[in-house]
Amino acid sequence: MITLLAHIQKQIKKSLHTMDDFLFRALLAGAGVALIAGPLGCFIVWRRMAYFGDTMAHSALLGVALSVLFDVNITLGVFVVATFGALALIMMQRRAPLSSDALLGILSHSMLALGIVIVAMMTWLRIDLMAFLFGDILAVSWTDIVVVYAGGALILAFLIFIWRPLLAGTVSSELAAAEGLHPERARIIFMLLMAAVIAIAMKIVGILLITSLLIIPAAAARRFAPTPEMMAVLAAIIGVIAVCVGLFGSLTWDTPSGPSIVVAAAMIFLLSLLTPGSSALKMRRDM
Amino acid sequence: MKIAKQTEITSRAPLLSARGLGVRASSRWLIENVDLKVHRGEIVTLIGPNGSGKSTTVRALLGLIKSDAGEITRTNDLRVGYVPQKLTIDWTMPLKVRRFMTITGRHSVTSIDAALDEVGILVLAKNDIQSLSGGEFQRLLLARAMIGQPQLLVLDEPVQGVDAQGEIALYELIGDLRRRHDCGILLVSHDLHIVMAETDTVVCLNGHVCCSGSPRSVAESPEYRDLFGARAAEALAVYHHHHDHKHLPDGSVVQANGHDDHSACTHPETNKKKPSHHG
Repeated sequence: MITLLAHIQKQIKKSLHTMDDFLFRALLAGAGVALIAGPLGCFIVWRRMAYFGDTMAHSALLGVALSVLFDVNITLGVFVVATFGALALIMMQRRAPLSSDALLGILSHSMLALGIVIVAMMTWLRIDLMAFLFGDILAVSWTDIVVVYAGGALILAFLIFIWRPLLAGTVSSELAAAEGLHPERARIIFMLLMAAVIAIAMKIVGILLITSLLIIPAAAARRFAPTPEMMAVLAAIIGVIAVCVGLFGSLTWDTPSGPSIVVAAAMIFLLSLLTPGSSALKMRRDM
Repeated sequence: MKIAKQTEITSRAPLLSARGLGVRASSRWLIENVDLKVHRGEIVTLIGPNGSGKSTTVRALLGLIKSDAGEITRTNDLRVGYVPQKLTIDWTMPLKVRRFMTITGRHSVTSIDAALDEVGILVLAKNDIQSLSGGEFQRLLLARAMIGQPQLLVLDEPVQGVDAQGEIALYELIGDLRRRHDCGILLVSHDLHIVMAETDTVVCLNGHVCCSGSPRSVAESPEYRDLFGARAAEALAVYHHHHDHKHLPDGSVVQANGHDDHSACTHPETNKKKPSHHG
């Protein structure tokens, strides 16, 4: 353990001295994304939208391909395509003869496959598929960081603005609507926020792992949070810790950074399950 | 005395009224031609068998679903407190009783505790709501609906998951709330037995308004007996047969004695005699 810590310390020193400030940038960007992903992720967990979020994230690659094709900003392109993906999904859920579960399964994977196929067909372009699928946090620029924090601040501001109707709608959309809140409007704004987070977080953890950064910190926070608001704050903090641990692990063992962050988050979640006396465990026993 | 009070209530403008209300799903009318009024201080109970459109009526009145016919009138800025039929809260959401009280609006701890005290669950203020029993949760829903001082309280099957004794206590509580706050109450129930004592007006629904009026007049009406069976009617009142229409097996209706106010009746679920339901 001590040798490991010494090793990590050595790594930090090494990187700080010799390798520019890329680690610092990665940490800053990762922490920024985690701070937004935590609170948003809570709603995804409460509303059981994990698969829905996955489907939106998978449509991001299509967004990348189309933005490159039409020469628009990739973040913007991904945001637009993810939004359209979500709207299409809602429309299909209302009409399709399939269960919502099966529909999400079909759309989630066909969106991803379509994205990969289109990227492959554009032979005249060189798109680093792996970077988009698994993230490339060590390559973030200062511009990326500005985008993460400016976008993140905007997303959080919107989330706070719709907090009450969104939370009430999560508890019961009929109840919220009957008492004059507008849960439907809040839900649509929430979906736009999800699309925005996906667009921003894609570069950090990659399309395939975005949902985990949304869900795992929130799930880990559940055990320690007495209120929905506390759970959102704790999820943000746990996400930041996961980013730090994951990045140092990635540097120490030379593992891919995005997946390392997710593994770190998963480990925190497992630890949270082992914590004795948490309210969730007590509740389970009651039932 | 009772009559005097009743006229006093109904002489005021209704908080909420519907005329000729209809809601259709694809080709079928879920409810049709429903007339309903709720005044301040009045308890109106909607009864009817499963699938008779009680919840549909309530949801249309609240504006949760679009109505396809008729008109709904509300007083300006009507404050509504709602207890929905089904409310399950995912255990992933950490929610204590006090926090649940402010889910649709901000309230001070003092008023939260007063509202919890009024329904008798103040001792549970710090509990997780997922740990409450069925009866405790229904009381919490009531307290939450009342905390915004609503002019109209809408309760969709408020005694679900509550044992018989708890049911009586809950209905008494609803009566108390009405007297104390002078709000109008629209209540949905599948069971007229216990509602009786507190209800002013009963509207018996089966896709349309089968009969309505005071609990006694409804209990004695042939339409009510037809819907709920002889045993249900006998438990309430002496039954005199004055049936004005008959339901044929194909769902159509024929007039028996010239009254024409039920000419549009179709009772798809009760058009055949089911001996088991008549005990």
